[in-house]
Amino acid sequence: MKLVIAMLMDGVIYASWLFVIAAGLTLIYGVMRILNMAHGSFYAIGAYGGASLVGFYLAGGYPPWGAYFMLLGAALIGGTIVGLLIERGLLRMMYGRDEVVMILVTYAILLILEDVIKLIWGVDAYFAYQPYTLLGRTKLAGLSFANYDILLIFVSALICFVLWWGLNRTRKGKLLQAVIHDRDTAAFLGINVTRMFTVTFVIGAVLGALAGALTAPGISVMPGIGVEVIILAFAVVVIGGLGSVGGALLGALIVGLARSAAVHLYPDAELFVIYGVMGLVLAFRPQGLFAIATARKI
Amino acid sequence: MLIPFAKKSALVGLLVASAVAQPVIAADDYKLGLVTFLSGGAAGPFGVPAQNAANLVLETLNEGALPAPYNVKGINGRTIKPIYVDEAGGATKQSSEYRNLVERQGVDAVVGYISSGDCLAVPAVAEELKTLTVLFDCGTPRVFEDNSFKYVFRTGPTTTMDSVAASYYIKDIFPNLKAVSGINQNYSFGHESWADFYGSLKGLQSDIVVPTKQFPKIYAGQYGAEISALMVNSADVIHSSFWGGDMEAFLLQGAARGLFEDQTALLTTGESAMYRLSDQIPEGTILGGRGPFGIYAPDNALNRWFRDAYSKRYGTQPTYPAYKMVQGILGLKLATEQAAAKVSGQPTTEDVVSAFEYLEYEGPGGKVSMNMGKGHQASMEMVYGRYALKDGKPAVTDVRRYAAECVNPSDDMPANEWIEKGMPGAKCN
Repeated sequence: MKLVIAMLMDGVIYASWLFVIAAGLTLIYGVMRILNMAHGSFYAIGAYGGASLVGFYLAGGYPPWGAYFMLLGAALIGGTIVGLLIERGLLRMMYGRDEVVMILVTYAILLILEDVIKLIWGVDAYFAYQPYTLLGRTKLAGLSFANYDILLIFVSALICFVLWWGLNRTRKGKLLQAVIHDRDTAAFLGINVTRMFTVTFVIGAVLGALAGALTAPGISVMPGIGVEVIILAFAVVVIGGLGSVGGALLGALIVGLARSAAVHLYPDAELFVIYGVMGLVLAFRPQGLFAIATARKI
Repeated sequence: MLIPFAKKSALVGLLVASAVAQPVIAADDYKLGLVTFLSGGAAGPFGVPAQNAANLVLETLNEGALPAPYNVKGINGRTIKPIYVDEAGGATKQSSEYRNLVERQGVDAVVGYISSGDCLAVPAVAEELKTLTVLFDCGTPRVFEDNSFKYVFRTGPTTTMDSVAASYYIKDIFPNLKAVSGINQNYSFGHESWADFYGSLKGLQSDIVVPTKQFPKIYAGQYGAEISALMVNSADVIHSSFWGGDMEAFLLQGAARGLFEDQTALLTTGESAMYRLSDQIPEGTILGGRGPFGIYAPDNALNRWFRDAYSKRYGTQPTYPAYKMVQGILGLKLATEQAAAKVSGQPTTEDVVSAFEYLEYEGPGGKVSMNMGKGHQASMEMVYGRYALKDGKPAVTDVRRYAAECVNPSDDMPANEWIEKGMPGAKCN
């Protein structure tokens, strides 16, 4: 029983973390058809921004619970500024190019931002562990879990709901779906596709930064963290189907639970299992679990 | 007319600025290549402290202001000019960078390398180019076990003694030890560390139980499932050779879940985090420093100078990578000056090689004996202690020292074979 609860809890917590990272990535791809390698940098900027803001805030002697708002603020400010700069300053000039070209462009942005981060924050690690320990822990079947990690499950569920609701139950969301379906027809019908792109990219960047900011309290924020997570995020969205928020959720759950099972039952397969699952899914559904197969021009 | 004048001024300004930016290197300067991580995950905990230490000690050496026997200016009177290279990028890149340092920059010697992968790749190039090279930090014992090099020396001890001393220590501290779990990174350093630790512990206590051993990916950052696995499969001690951000994240996440309340963590590189995470490391955690470095360094004149000067300049205490960098530079200096004493003028590389082999000298971490790897590999004593807060400041208690002859194999036996055979010939107190 203890083992089953441990596997489930660990799997769901890890999946929640993965989903927050992958949500922005899949949203940007779904709307803009850009496989955004720079998403890892948004994550890193959120983490560094969160750690710095929490550090400044707590050094001022303010109430510790306010640190959670600092994390959210860092994600909102960092993601919006960087997202706007990249989309307005560079990507808008590249729209319509081949997807492979866009991968190269965003990879270049990732490398540039890695150096920008180094210039701003240096190479020393940053810590913001107070929000992680402040909430205490909960015992389940004799095992302790950090309440912060449990809170992450609810935050992830909330993000998933807001994305679903925004896309399916709001006017703007329906307009966005029209853009996803056929951007030329949408533009012909009077939808401002360029603005839609900007808003989507900024939301995606904020989600990436939010993932970083929420992760910062539990880790040592150091150079290279963005590059590490982008590969995992790609695995998740590829399993679920590129561009599908529901797919990202399912992909995150599959990866989270599979990894957790491996760690508990056969630790040597921990690294293999994530990409093993991805290979298995792609062997049977090359387009991913949720995406619809489409014809490709050769 | 204004625009051409502005352009000319800008051009002149640029030329002047670039001329000023170039380091001025005189013909008789000692050009020293220094390779350490300046970017990536290893930069913060290792690369930058090592670079800081190098800057400090080179500056002091050039002033001739270091305690004796290092009070001759520079290296044998030649002013040392450092040329830094970032170690990030992998072994292939480092082989090219090394070639560049020697063939284009014309360095007299190279001190560097934290990654074991780089330490296994670069020596072949050093031998080809006949350039004196001092490996200062990497730990794999395979460098001199699998090869015989003439121009390559390693002044830092190997990982073998970290692991062997760790097994002695927990046997000393926990007489009723029954079970030990492990969490180590999934690459050569992590696997070698666990294999050496478990092998030596098994030799000391054949009925030791291992409830779980975890090998998460390096830089994974998230250890929730591994922590649960360690909780479900409880042990007396959790061995980890995690370093840098991975160790710090594991400490933060484990402490928040109470992992270390029932089990004691044994962190072989933990000393490097004791100031950064002083209020998060549980008291009683066993900390290693990859040798007698940092808080475990002896009270000698060199160490007093180093700790004082480093903390004044950088606002923090030096950790073991800083000590190991200084140890590497001082070994090179001493070998060169001892070689120079036997010849007229500056010694050749071959003269320095002869002087460096089987050299014994004092570093800020104490006695360094180049008595392994046919005189090319250092051995030192190894120290472990338990973390404690004294008057709110980070400190260590239960400190135990293990002589170099106790925790290192003899020169004619590979480390893994020595451990497998039950560490024959180990001279322990």
